[in-house]
Amino acid sequence: MTSSWLDLQVVWMAINIFLFLWFYFFYDLGDQFFYTRHILGSALAWARAPAAVLNFNCLLILLPVCRNLLSLIRGSFMCCGRTMRKQLDKNISFHKLVAYMIGLMTAVHTIAHFLNVEWYYNSRLGKYDDLSMALSSLDDSGNTTFLNPIRSTTTTPTLLVFTSVAGITGVIITLSLILIITSSMEVIRRSYFEVFWFTHHLFIVFFAGLVIHGAGRIVRSQTTTNPPHNATFCKDRIDDWGKIQECPVPQFAGGFPQTWMWVIGPMILYVCERLLRFIRYMQTVKYRKIVIRPSKVLELQLVKNGFKMDVGQYVFLNCPAISQLEWHPFTMTSAPEEDFFSVHIRSVGDWTQKLIITCTDFKLETIGIRMGVDGPFGTASEDVFDYEVAMLVGAGIGVTPFASILKSIWYKFKDSNPKLRTRKIYFYWLCRETHAFEWFADLLQLLEREMEERGMGSFLTYKLYLTGWDQSHANHVMVHADADTDVVTGLKQKTNYGRPNWDKEFEQVRKENPTSVVGTFLCGPAVLATVLSKKCVKYTDVDPRKTKFYFNKENF
Amino acid sequence: MGKIEWAMWANEQALAAGLILLTGGIVGVAGQFRDWEFAAYAIAAGVFVCLLEYPRGKRNKGTSVERTGQYCFTVCVKSFGPLTRNYYVRAFLHAAICVPGGFILATVLGCVCLGIASLIYLAAAIRGEQWEPILPRKESARKPVGESIKLPPQNPPPRPPAEMRRKRAEDLEAAAYVNPITVTANDD
Repeated sequence: MTSSWLDLQVVWMAINIFLFLWFYFFYDLGDQFFYTRHILGSALAWARAPAAVLNFNCLLILLPVCRNLLSLIRGSFMCCGRTMRKQLDKNISFHKLVAYMIGLMTAVHTIAHFLNVEWYYNSRLGKYDDLSMALSSLDDSGNTTFLNPIRSTTTTPTLLVFTSVAGITGVIITLSLILIITSSMEVIRRSYFEVFWFTHHLFIVFFAGLVIHGAGRIVRSQTTTNPPHNATFCKDRIDDWGKIQECPVPQFAGGFPQTWMWVIGPMILYVCERLLRFIRYMQTVKYRKIVIRPSKVLELQLVKNGFKMDVGQYVFLNCPAISQLEWHPFTMTSAPEEDFFSVHIRSVGDWTQKLIITCTDFKLETIGIRMGVDGPFGTASEDVFDYEVAMLVGAGIGVTPFASILKSIWYKFKDSNPKLRTRKIYFYWLCRETHAFEWFADLLQLLEREMEERGMGSFLTYKLYLTGWDQSHANHVMVHADADTDVVTGLKQKTNYGRPNWDKEFEQVRKENPTSVVGTFLCGPAVLATVLSKKCVKYTDVDPRKTKFYFNKENF
Repeated sequence: MGKIEWAMWANEQALAAGLILLTGGIVGVAGQFRDWEFAAYAIAAGVFVCLLEYPRGKRNKGTSVERTGQYCFTVCVKSFGPLTRNYYVRAFLHAAICVPGGFILATVLGCVCLGIASLIYLAAAIRGEQWEPILPRKESARKPVGESIKLPPQNPPPRPPAEMRRKRAEDLEAAAYVNPITVTANDD
């Protein structure tokens, strides 16, 4: 976990706690709520404090999902270094965190208000003391204003809820929230994306209801009258209200609804975001090449006006012919130096499967199927070019951004780009099986060939580790042990089986580069990150003239 | 949307509804408001729904993810056979359970949530989905090997027919071979 992500969480939580306490004591200690509290007790404060936290979090929740706007901001923060940019990339995690807080606060707010309604109801029926009775009898007529929103004695709490603006909107938006939450559970989100996506649009209902939720102004406070009504003095003199100088009949008014002030800004920003996505979607995307790779992997090479990318970034693709509303993210496998951008798509779900079938059967450009592209998004890791020696570790699907990185390094090397300080790369590819990654093996082969042609065979050293081998694999390898190229990948460097022995690898790198600074980059599971960072520390020499390993916690 | 298993979402919704019903019931009983008996009912109903919905069913396609510690619940729910397997039964059961929750404020939310879950279960039932228990996978990872492997061999190893084994008198050179172990004459 990067420290700036932790900082963001701490700051956010601090603001939440502050808002909660501030508004809790505002309602629990404020004189204007003295009479309100007499009927409701501290449940008033327990309802209003979460309301403030809810206002704040509903403001925040729309912001992390404005990916285009975040990209723009990120662009202008280029000068501020990576930390700010990494923060913005934790968007979905932050969105979820804020959502949990909204769920929790909604629960507290709802329970407190349910209690409030019941207490107001009982008070109206005179079940409590005389003061409550007197307060509840105050009506909105003549020169009195009501405190207790329950005006009739023949209603029920449930009926009140369904006949007031606050009640109806409250139930509707809470229901929307519950449906959004249950359909966002990991099980549903990962397996039935459409249910998640369509139900999530209930947020429109949520925000609409939220904005008018306070319009009924049923949380009442005492207003200043002339002459003033001192509650502490007058609370025991109910019969004298309106008759003596010190105690005119107390007047009440509802609070001005404030939620819209909190959320209007983000709502407008979100509308802009959706507009921006639509505009980008309408821009023409041309197909440069469509290739079906082994194991039914689809490579799409696309060209879009004004599209600029960095290494390791991703785009969202939308194909209306398959699904009008779905946008799916794919890491780009092309280098920024190329005049197109490419993605390699595996069949992992409905949408990808349909896309691959469409491309296998027809050619997309001939039947004019349009493709929408949104992006690029993601942190560009420019650091990878700064190290003299780079150790790149790609595990499983994590190997995809390395296609972009390796190609870019090679282009920069061929063009003698001064930004590239790398002189040697060690690439470790860990996967259970090479199925669906043969295209990457082909890429390595191509790079291997080009490097040999230039006599630069030692520029790139790569090792493939198949962690999912079984007996038949072993048999196959034994039979072909004498072959020049590897039987699995066709590469000159042989496949290893099982997990790498990192101690050996680090030893080798240190031996071959006794005085260099080595940068280690990983795209893979967090467990591996811990292992590698420990090894980097272990093998870094105290002597500054000797090898130094730096582990980069980049998240491609 | 063809591959949606509505039952999976209905299950999440019903579990949430059970918890909300339970919470509302506790609030209603603790506050001792009018008609708090409905709240007491809601507590019992909420607990029942949670117990029924906690074990996730097996998915038709893809890996099923169990909830923590759901195995004992799976066994209980499985024992009711068709009553718990059939989603029509669940849909009507939830619809019936939720009704008393609508009478008091504290449980009205739980009532509506459970009602929605009931509707989703109805959709699942119409599409022919069923609840299958997730049972621990038997150890069939290794290839099944017969018991006879543990006994010593009953037959000699297969070898070519006798004519081929017999040394050819015409070609003594080819027929000769070097014994790996020294051969001593059989003296009996």
